[in-house]
Amino acid sequence: MKELKLMKGNEALAEAAIRAGCDGYFGYPITPQSEVLEYLTQHAKERTGMVVLQAESEIASINMIYGAAGTGKKVMTSSSSPGISLMQEGISYIACAELPCLLVNVVRGGPGLGTIQPSQGDYFQAVKGGGHGDYRLIVLAPSTVQEMVDHVKLGFDLAFKWRNPVMILSDGALGQMMEKVELFPQMPRTNEIFPWATTGKTKDRERTIITSLHIQPDKMQEINLHLQKKYKAIEAEEIRYEMIDCEDADLVLVAFGLVARICQKAAQLAKEKGIKVGVFRPISLFPYPYQALNQLADNVKAFLTVEMNAGQMVEDVRLAVNGKIPVEFTGRMGGIIPTPEEILNKIEEIYVGETA
Amino acid sequence: MNEKRLLEEEKHFETMIAEESICTNENLVYEKPETLTDTPMHYCPGCGHGVAHRLIAEVVAELDIQDKTIGVAPVGCSVFAYNYLNIDMTEAAHGRASAVATGIKRVLPDKYVFSYQGDGDLAAIGTGETIHTCNRGENILIIFINNGIYGMTGGQMAPTTLVGMKTTTTPFGRDVEIMGNPLKITELIAQLPGVYYCTRVAVNTPNNVRKAKKAIMNGFKYQELKKGLSFVEIVSNCPSNWKMTPIESNKWLEEHMLPYYPLGDLKVPQNPQKAE
Repeated sequence: MKELKLMKGNEALAEAAIRAGCDGYFGYPITPQSEVLEYLTQHAKERTGMVVLQAESEIASINMIYGAAGTGKKVMTSSSSPGISLMQEGISYIACAELPCLLVNVVRGGPGLGTIQPSQGDYFQAVKGGGHGDYRLIVLAPSTVQEMVDHVKLGFDLAFKWRNPVMILSDGALGQMMEKVELFPQMPRTNEIFPWATTGKTKDRERTIITSLHIQPDKMQEINLHLQKKYKAIEAEEIRYEMIDCEDADLVLVAFGLVARICQKAAQLAKEKGIKVGVFRPISLFPYPYQALNQLADNVKAFLTVEMNAGQMVEDVRLAVNGKIPVEFTGRMGGIIPTPEEILNKIEEIYVGETA
Repeated sequence: MNEKRLLEEEKHFETMIAEESICTNENLVYEKPETLTDTPMHYCPGCGHGVAHRLIAEVVAELDIQDKTIGVAPVGCSVFAYNYLNIDMTEAAHGRASAVATGIKRVLPDKYVFSYQGDGDLAAIGTGETIHTCNRGENILIIFINNGIYGMTGGQMAPTTLVGMKTTTTPFGRDVEIMGNPLKITELIAQLPGVYYCTRVAVNTPNNVRKAKKAIMNGFKYQELKKGLSFVEIVSNCPSNWKMTPIESNKWLEEHMLPYYPLGDLKVPQNPQKAE
């Protein structure tokens, strides 16, 4: 029987963490995602014995994650933009040491202390690295509260499959809004022992060292080549996206997360005016669906990228399209969500331009 | 001139050994514990890190807990501690070793977890993590090496550098007007209710080495009781960056470091239970 509930995005995500058999959560309060920590401190321990700890800072949280992830346990943290910035050094260490963990960024408007309203201004940080050195996170972008749930399970699976940190790039609106969700059944916590984990050196194996320090340049290069090879494999296997009404569209809106839903409404309004508009929604932001967009560019006249930032993902859309067709951009910053009407205005502007 | 000084040092060393009366047959037998690797240590001659590493290795071997022990190495001279200790280890970011140790211990509460941190790591960049880890009473052992200087980066001022002490960033000596006083973080930590055991030892003489080993032993044994945090400060030397011979540095430690950082227990369990 389906288990349906009306839940707030942040709480649904926390509930999913418990059900996914998460072993530990380490976090620090920050708006608009503090409900994750609140929900877990209230429910997790008695239900699964999951460890939940409020750390003294995001720097401490991510380093607790580093230590705990190194034992092979299923661990996660969540924060919002300024807190995620503080974590970047730790994330770089985790990526280099190839430890699985789940990171959640419920993005708010920046730069600086910014606003507590929703934004997608952390796209570059999440997708292009964020911390120092050549590394990648696997980045998932939910667009519904349902996906806030589903991506927790998927995120842990991908993290352990690739031994790589996975980030859920959400936003303040998805975190705060309530929607109907279908919850998956409780999964058991596992006690799997991994050969790469620090669990105490037994006689039958060499000691485990978890480190990102490789002083010899040839060794450091070897580690880098290995990581790049892994990222290539991830790009080959883990691309996820959704196409809505793109088959006979003249113009396609490209948007991720919550904005993709607003774009669906804008596309509907455009259809009522006789303009054929589709929506392309990347679900995995790394790896990015370059090829799918490139192929789609053969069949449409233009792309319009819509984001809650100054235009970040649009750079990847342009890379994908490689000059085949015009790639336009419209967006809002500072915590303002674009309305379907303003997107429609932009669609009409481009449509007139393209058909003139 | 050099030869004369060498002879003097040799004589001093011999006297020291004689005074400590450790030249008995059973003590002449050297056995490397299996918790130490065969990797030659990169530490400068006379540095205290090697001794401290060996003490940890001996304690883990004697308690027979190698398969239940996880260590956390810092950034600093002991960044390569995991090359020498035959123990599962995680290399932390600068200052974050106690947070990393917290993460490990929370998900593996039945393992023995220790962090090994220098003065810059623990008492400058990592002060926040240190205080809060201690305050939460994490059931771990923190080993704090205080040699009053940044060794790995080449002799800069540490939070524990003594007043007037010359470093590459205090070329005229540490000036209180500019840099404040040396931080007695162990005294601060001893005040926290989460801390079960807090002591200061040194590794400059054979007798002090024995006491240091006892302190580390206590730190591991108290984890069994799940009473809270054990904190062992080891006052150590840095011959290279203090610009002294090893013997001079141990003398200087005795004459200058120990008056400001006096040895002894700062906090001992009220009714210590037997761990075994």
